[in-house]
Amino acid sequence: MGLKQNLHKLKLKYEGKKMAPAFNALHTFLYSPNETTHSGSHIRAVDDLKRTMNTVILALVPCLLFGIFNAGYQHYLATGEIEAAAGFFSTNFWNWDNFAMGAWTVLPLVVVSYGVGLLVEFIFAVIKGHEVEEGYLVTGMLVPLIVPIDIPLWMLAVAVVFGVVIGKEVFGGTGMNILNPALTIRAFLFFAYPTWMSGDKVWVHQAVERAGTPDAISGETILGSYAQNATVDYDYMDMFLGFIPGSVGETSKLLIIFGALFLIFTKIGSWRIILSTLVGALVMGLIFNGVVDAGWIDNTSKFYGLMSVPFWQHLIIGSILFGAVYMATDPVTASQTNKGKYIYGFLIGFISIMIRVFNPAYPEGGFLAILLMNVFAPTIDHYVVQGNVKRRMKRLKVKTA
Amino acid sequence: MALLSKKDQRLILDPLADDNPITIQVLGICSALAITAQLKASIVMSISVIFVLGVGNVVISLMRNIIPSKIRIIVQLIVVATLVIVVDQVLKAYAYELSKELSVFVGLIITNCIIMGRFEAFALGNGPWKSFLDGIGNALGYGVILIIVGFFRELLGSGTLLGIPVLGDPIEKTGLYSIGYENNGFMLLSPMALIVVGLIIWVQRSRNKALIEEN
Repeated sequence: MGLKQNLHKLKLKYEGKKMAPAFNALHTFLYSPNETTHSGSHIRAVDDLKRTMNTVILALVPCLLFGIFNAGYQHYLATGEIEAAAGFFSTNFWNWDNFAMGAWTVLPLVVVSYGVGLLVEFIFAVIKGHEVEEGYLVTGMLVPLIVPIDIPLWMLAVAVVFGVVIGKEVFGGTGMNILNPALTIRAFLFFAYPTWMSGDKVWVHQAVERAGTPDAISGETILGSYAQNATVDYDYMDMFLGFIPGSVGETSKLLIIFGALFLIFTKIGSWRIILSTLVGALVMGLIFNGVVDAGWIDNTSKFYGLMSVPFWQHLIIGSILFGAVYMATDPVTASQTNKGKYIYGFLIGFISIMIRVFNPAYPEGGFLAILLMNVFAPTIDHYVVQGNVKRRMKRLKVKTA
Repeated sequence: MALLSKKDQRLILDPLADDNPITIQVLGICSALAITAQLKASIVMSISVIFVLGVGNVVISLMRNIIPSKIRIIVQLIVVATLVIVVDQVLKAYAYELSKELSVFVGLIITNCIIMGRFEAFALGNGPWKSFLDGIGNALGYGVILIIVGFFRELLGSGTLLGIPVLGDPIEKTGLYSIGYENNGFMLLSPMALIVVGLIIWVQRSRNKALIEEN
């Protein structure tokens, strides 16, 4: 009989009681339920919410693993204990020391994110008497990937509570939320504890504790350096492969592209959104390059550093790619219509780069742009649908006239 | 309270909870968001509104039969403006620092929807005593929310209450700060005030289901 039957018995025992949703969730998370309908014809599809969520998590795993190695690598590189990695398979990067150090710092983030988030979900399910929703599975994985490595765990916990409650539960739970919960969490952290979310100290493990001592290490992100018109000493290959400081999971563009291909292949992520986001970012980058080339601003301007970045390079610095692939494509908060998806994605890319360039305090504009477009997604859909209705009405009139 | 009849009591007590101007009627939100980053400012603002609304309601109620209805809004504005100028001058004379902090928001009491709302809805149709109670009641309801929001925003945002540090010293790292606690900068921004007001509305409506509107 085994675990499945025991879980089923537990479920029956608590049926109709307060804690029922909790046991129910546990059961259906591990197995498919015992009750199936017997009569009538049904179309049964296996790509339910759980399958969808798990696919996204699978696509995130390479980023998480890379993030773990990178956390250790950046730390040891900054302290001078190892040489810079050469090539993607360099043993300076893929070694046990890096993994151990990275796992020690990254895994607690994952545990806190899932623990606190699922606890909030369970509490709400029990109070409201509905089933526990799977919505947090992806959010819980995204959150550790988009925060700096050294963020204090209690701050993460507070932010997760805020994000799940204000970002999702008040709107009615999974599927009803207007804002992407993971980005709500990041936005909360960003505005509440800015010293832990930006600057040149938070991106490398232990950089904060060592500040001001002879062992001080620094790890400015590339965007941060550009925003201060400073030179950047990483080459394009490092940026593409991800051997750079940054939030935990967003550095390796190579693995994000693999994740994107996987999501597109499984039809979970919308290629329309990903493509149009990247196009939007490139267009904005080209406009800024044009401004620099036309000589409208020179290197005394505080925007010069970021404006003069070659337009294609915007895609491999910062987290625009990560946002485009994993955040913008969230089916709940994105536009639903195909035409709407192009508009929605294009504006995300466009606005991301605009914020990045024009506000040196927010070099990472991607998350703000996505949150903004989340709010506008229903409006875009509305006009797309209305436009469609109007066109068909016209056609109808011509026919009947 | 034998002093007040049952009906009069309701005039004062209703706006405090189930007919609150901010959380139920959703009026006067602007100032509730703008000045509640500090508890002290919230309290002063509440007292100012209590004064303006209490006195204003009585004045309008006394004049209610002689105000031509076509120009009643202008008359109401003049009454509020006069009272607000009095408050503003008193603040400037006796609490200059605070009046600078509240800046234009004292002047903006004139445009506070609660005040015009009570003039229109109550003072124009009721006697002075009742109008006075209604004004005080609604201003108190406004003040209660302001003080609750101000309390949480100052405590969590700056770690102080009325300017006195209660959680320890963030620079010397004493008290709560010694174990890694940090102030929440988001609390000091206006959007968080909106969220706090939203949470109060949430709590209030889930305790009293009758308040939930049908859409």
